[in-house]
Amino acid sequence: MASKQPENSLLSPESDSQRTLYPYVTGTSVVALKYKDGILMAADMGGSYGSTLRYKSVERMKPIGKHSLLGASGEISDFQEILRYLDELILYDNMWDDGNSLGPKEVHNYLTRVMYNRRNKFNPLWNSLVLGGVKNGQKYLGTVSMIGVNFEDNHVATGFGNHLARPILRQEWHENLSFEDGVRLLEKCMRVLLYRDRSAVNKLQIAKITEDGVTISQPYSLKTYWEFSAFENPAQGAIGSW
Amino acid sequence: MSKSVIKTPPKGGFSFDLCKRNEMLAKKGVNPPSFRKTGTTIVGLIFQDGVILGADTRATEGPIVCDKNCEKIHYMAPNIYCCGAGTAADTEAVTDMVSSQLQLHRYHTGRESRVVTALTLLKRHLFNYQGYVSAALVLGGVDVTGPHLHTIYPHGSTDTLPFATMGSGSLAAMAVFESNYREGLTRDEGIKLVTEAICSGIFNDLGSGSNVDICVITKGGKEYLRNHLQPNPRTYTSSKGYSFPKKTEVLLTKITPLKEKVEIIEGGDVMEE
Repeated sequence: MASKQPENSLLSPESDSQRTLYPYVTGTSVVALKYKDGILMAADMGGSYGSTLRYKSVERMKPIGKHSLLGASGEISDFQEILRYLDELILYDNMWDDGNSLGPKEVHNYLTRVMYNRRNKFNPLWNSLVLGGVKNGQKYLGTVSMIGVNFEDNHVATGFGNHLARPILRQEWHENLSFEDGVRLLEKCMRVLLYRDRSAVNKLQIAKITEDGVTISQPYSLKTYWEFSAFENPAQGAIGSW
Repeated sequence: MSKSVIKTPPKGGFSFDLCKRNEMLAKKGVNPPSFRKTGTTIVGLIFQDGVILGADTRATEGPIVCDKNCEKIHYMAPNIYCCGAGTAADTEAVTDMVSSQLQLHRYHTGRESRVVTALTLLKRHLFNYQGYVSAALVLGGVDVTGPHLHTIYPHGSTDTLPFATMGSGSLAAMAVFESNYREGLTRDEGIKLVTEAICSGIFNDLGSGSNVDICVITKGGKEYLRNHLQPNPRTYTSSKGYSFPKKTEVLLTKITPLKEKVEIIEGGDVMEE
């Protein structure tokens, strides 16, 4: 009877109990795009515990410093840990009191290093992060995954958003979207996610970051349409089937 | 495992005899050859006069594109067509088989085939093979009871839907449908929406690519638009064509036909009965 030893013999048995093996309370996708005045980001407020929708008022987007906005999907406890790291980072930055402040590019770089180093120790922070911000008129939108893959783009999404929202954004995003158009586009993406992602919940927030600062909206829900005639009587052609 | 005393003749269905051997071989590092999958985007939607089916045209064998322009919309009956995703051999074989069964049924009853007949024949076959026949199908057609659109999964479950997508590019195509579909589309709007959905799959999914095939089925008849859109043309062909480098001297040119050319008799679309 062969014992179940992992192939990689560099891992000692004790370290197994201290590594993150699977996520427990998770948030689903975050979608964000650049618009005329800054960045718009949307995320729903659900925290799932496996297949149960355990928490319905989880704020998955938080402002960081003066210039950035962070949205996260994945393990909520790891997101809270990342917020503590960033708190310390911003605090130290303020203590310099030199008139300079960390912009979104710098915070993104810091997060990339943190995520990548944790994954190298086989103890990842189980999140996909979206970092957006405006500093000195420059808009910035980037993403970091749990294994440290990072890039910046005009529109990003995490998790299921990559498969459902990015095709829509690739087709319909253009430079200098107005605020209303940007919100409409984000709501279109969030509605598709609501229909087709099982861990999505119909209570979302949209956050806006511009040169003037961060605004996170109050939670609200999207209108959905279920009145297709084919849904009403699918067995019309054959009684007894479905 | 005790052997049964009474020798029963082998019934139909999948024979699991070689599974243990395959497992043992896989452990030793001998992997079975990879299937030719259609790694696909297939869609269907119901518009005001009938059904529109759409498909991309890329067939993959692992990471390689083995067929740049394959046909994924299969004929079932003059009024019923079926798009197939999954293992190419399985989709071809299963649709061919049910197509012949429908033909025999038409001779037997003297009536036009119904979509639910094709649906039941397909789902019974796939369930019988417990998911080992890896065919995910979008079946659409118009019969006396009206237009119908169904999806059939490899394990044999079916859904009746106003719009459906299957294959690896199904999420990209579904994103387009969920945001832009409404009831009572006209023919042109329907074709445009299906093309947009397939293009979304072609450009956002690696398993789908090349061209867009469309099939429009109405009470009056069907229209098979092969390569309706070709958004991936070959743009960098050399205008000079290929020529041998100067060093090769042509000494003699002699053409010997091996056989007389065969006459092709016109008339009769391959797809019609």
